[in-house]
Amino acid sequence: MKLITEKRELSSQLFRFIAPIISVLVALFVAGFLLQAAGVNPAQAYFEILQEALGSTYGLSETLVKTTPLIFASLGVSLAFRMQIWNIGAEGQIYMGACGASGVALFSGIESHPVMITAMFLAAFLCGGLWAGVAGILRARWRVNEVIVTLLMNYIAILGVDYLIYGPWKDPKGYNFPLTAQFSDAARLTEYFDTRFHSGFFLALFCALVLYLFMERTVWGYEIKVIGSNPKAARYAGMRTGLAIFAVLFLSGAIAGIAGFGEVAGLQHRLQHGISPGYGYTAIIIAWLAKRSALGVVIVSFLMGVLLVGGDSLQLTWQLPVAFVYAFQGLILFFLLASDFFIHNRLKLVKGDHHA
Amino acid sequence: MSNLLQIQNIRKTFPGVVALDDISLSIAPGEIHTLLGENGAGKSTLMNVLTGLYRPDRGEILFDGAPIHFNSPRDSLAVGIGMVHQHFMLVPAHTVFENILLALDGVPLLFSKKKYKQQVQTILDDLELDLDLDDPVWKLSIGAQQWIELIKLLARDCRLLILDEPTAVLTPQESARLFEVLTRLRDRGKSILFISHKMREVMELSDRVTVLKKGCSLVTLKRGEYDENRLASLMIGEDQIPMWIKPACKRDQLALEIKNLSVRNTRGRADLDNFNMKLYRGQILGVAGVAGNGQKPLAEVLTGLKEATSGRILAGDKDITNSTARSSYIAGIAHIPEDRKSIGIAPDMTVGDNLIMKNFNSKLFRRWIFQDRAAIRKNATAKIDQFAIKAGPDGNPVRYLSGGNIQKVIIARELSEKPAVLVALYPTRGLDIGSAEYVHKVIIDGANQGMSTILISEDLDELLKLSDEIVVMFRGRLVGCVDPQETTREEIGLLMSGEVQT
Ligand SMILES: Nc1ncnc2c1ncn2[C@@H]1O[C@H](COP(=O)(O)OP(=O)(O)OP(=O)(O)O)[C@@H](O)[C@H]1O
Ligand SMILES: [Mg+2]
Repeated sequence: MKLITEKRELSSQLFRFIAPIISVLVALFVAGFLLQAAGVNPAQAYFEILQEALGSTYGLSETLVKTTPLIFASLGVSLAFRMQIWNIGAEGQIYMGACGASGVALFSGIESHPVMITAMFLAAFLCGGLWAGVAGILRARWRVNEVIVTLLMNYIAILGVDYLIYGPWKDPKGYNFPLTAQFSDAARLTEYFDTRFHSGFFLALFCALVLYLFMERTVWGYEIKVIGSNPKAARYAGMRTGLAIFAVLFLSGAIAGIAGFGEVAGLQHRLQHGISPGYGYTAIIIAWLAKRSALGVVIVSFLMGVLLVGGDSLQLTWQLPVAFVYAFQGLILFFLLASDFFIHNRLKLVKGDHHA
Repeated sequence: MSNLLQIQNIRKTFPGVVALDDISLSIAPGEIHTLLGENGAGKSTLMNVLTGLYRPDRGEILFDGAPIHFNSPRDSLAVGIGMVHQHFMLVPAHTVFENILLALDGVPLLFSKKKYKQQVQTILDDLELDLDLDDPVWKLSIGAQQWIELIKLLARDCRLLILDEPTAVLTPQESARLFEVLTRLRDRGKSILFISHKMREVMELSDRVTVLKKGCSLVTLKRGEYDENRLASLMIGEDQIPMWIKPACKRDQLALEIKNLSVRNTRGRADLDNFNMKLYRGQILGVAGVAGNGQKPLAEVLTGLKEATSGRILAGDKDITNSTARSSYIAGIAHIPEDRKSIGIAPDMTVGDNLIMKNFNSKLFRRWIFQDRAAIRKNATAKIDQFAIKAGPDGNPVRYLSGGNIQKVIIARELSEKPAVLVALYPTRGLDIGSAEYVHKVIIDGANQGMSTILISEDLDELLKLSDEIVVMFRGRLVGCVDPQETTREEIGLLMSGEVQT
């Protein structure tokens, strides 16, 4: 007897739908052993996660606060994926967006709230876009691999922001902490219910809708899909693929940049070290799991938000090391990816003498 | 006589499509069995079931009398069923020998290269094939690459050889050679399952013919029980073959003139060498030649995919040699490319989306920045109907269409905008006879309305039937120009071989 894998030619709609759910359950089951080993009752821990992330106004608001930047960054990454462009640099683009928005907030002196917010938004959009646009030009002109460029530029962006907040932009009254001065009230997004939940979330949902319409309804979306499906055919049909590569990377970075805007204008109200704890990397996974759909991005981002907030609470209540939280998230991802495999393949036991 | 392969009541469905409905068929040892059927009848699907790429929903396959269930092409190879795919799977940087070696199972890590080489060389000598085992594959013509595919199967000692439209990519000479070899293999007891749309070949080669229609095996006929008309009417049924009349071209208005055009390829060789040609309004200019003698580069320069090294292209009195000057003009040039799957379609997109790929930006399909979905759908319905495309369920990605139907999608798109010039490479390759006739009719209709066509084809019957004038290419140069009314197949053949010039 031996175990072989076999390609499924088509998988039922139902299976496609329940496979990820099953895989999350399996991940919870396996993580349960880890929890048990750490002396924590798994059922209680899971209840705690849900309770913490969704069970109270505060918890839910925190979950949405984390969901917001994830949606922006993942929308950016998934837009590039549609054209088979791999933007691994959302993290850096978030930092650049935050940096641009902060620059406007700190130094423009605009007093009107709507003007200020719009200007910050545009600055974040441009900074994120240009940052990714560099990779776009290199790729379109000289065929430099965008994966390497976007990835390496993350480090430049993060360190560049560090330079600013440790140096020229440091708050003189900040007791030498690496942060800028607080933004004026004009530069802050509205917050609701006395929580940190801010209007950036609605902007993220709106952005998802716009991107959906862009891809599915506009001529440009059509072009992106043709290029993504077969670049040679696109060139043969007279499309300007080089320009499209630049434009898509620019847009992709610009949308990720908006995440940075949301973080500084809605949450931190200043530029500081570590404004993104890796949202840009999580975004790659989210975009991948969400396949090509904007709605998928929103849903998966929310689930990731639950995991992040719930994970934090595990750390606090049970004194579990942070490594455990990462392991837990890793397990869930691992099984989600595995479910993707099982949607397309099946395992089969065969007799030993079978030709295979 | 017991059968080598017996297929019983095979059914295979895809979402929304019944590709194979009820197929029964048997193949005897030492016979050449041809499958015939319209585009989308299910021929390729059946082959893929036989080689383990697809699993049938129902039905039984007996090989040597024993039922078999394949999970992958490796399983079918293991019992001795091998297939030459239409898109070869060779490693271009490797030599011929290395490619063949890759196909062999159980080659030890430290193998005696000499011994295996000897073995492969024996097969070559035996079939009197002139291939150098040390040549890298990229240097070889498509025809030669197909030989390698076949030899891979022979080296594995396959007993059933499946060939899916092998002659679609071969020159007439190469086809003749292939048939010689296939016949010889047959005489030695190999069984061959063969697909072709070319009647002449089917008549020449087959011991038995099975006609497929809409996923059912209609009838199997022995040699002597069929003739071309019988087969055609079985295949097409009551459907009518379109009629057309070809008027003579007046040659009053010059559409395109090519003067001393040269194109060098990346390897520095001349793809086109001092090429001269005139194309008149409404003319159908046939270009004959063995594939690889500059036809593709010619099409690519004309359609803006390649730059000329020297020489001039004139449209009327305008010089359009350089691509910026050409770009506005190119919009009026339709191009049916040779390499359909790789440049002609966006495989993941729907038939409707593929049909507008060339003019998605036109006012017809666009309102401001938004696509006019209703108009796109209407266009799709019209084209699918007009060209009898088997498009499958609504929203079906093009990649799921059969080879011939993909070809029809491209032709329908290219001819939809009333182009001034059509550059068509092997436009009816892979089309069933009904569809081929329809495409001919569309080209003629276009010519009647002033469209000039450069028809590049290896099918001499097609060239002789459609062209006002036939030019012959050899090694990137024009070696002859003949009148289809007066020339013979032999004369063109000689010109194509480069042995004479007019
Ligand atoms: N993977 C697939 N998914 C969905 N439909 C498919 C798939 N493969 C084939 N079909 C459908 O099955 C039918 C038969 O296709 P097939 O490729 O077998 O035709 P064919 O006889 O080889 O035609 P041709 O002469 O054009 O090559 C077609 O309608 C095609 O659209
Ligand atoms: Mg086929």
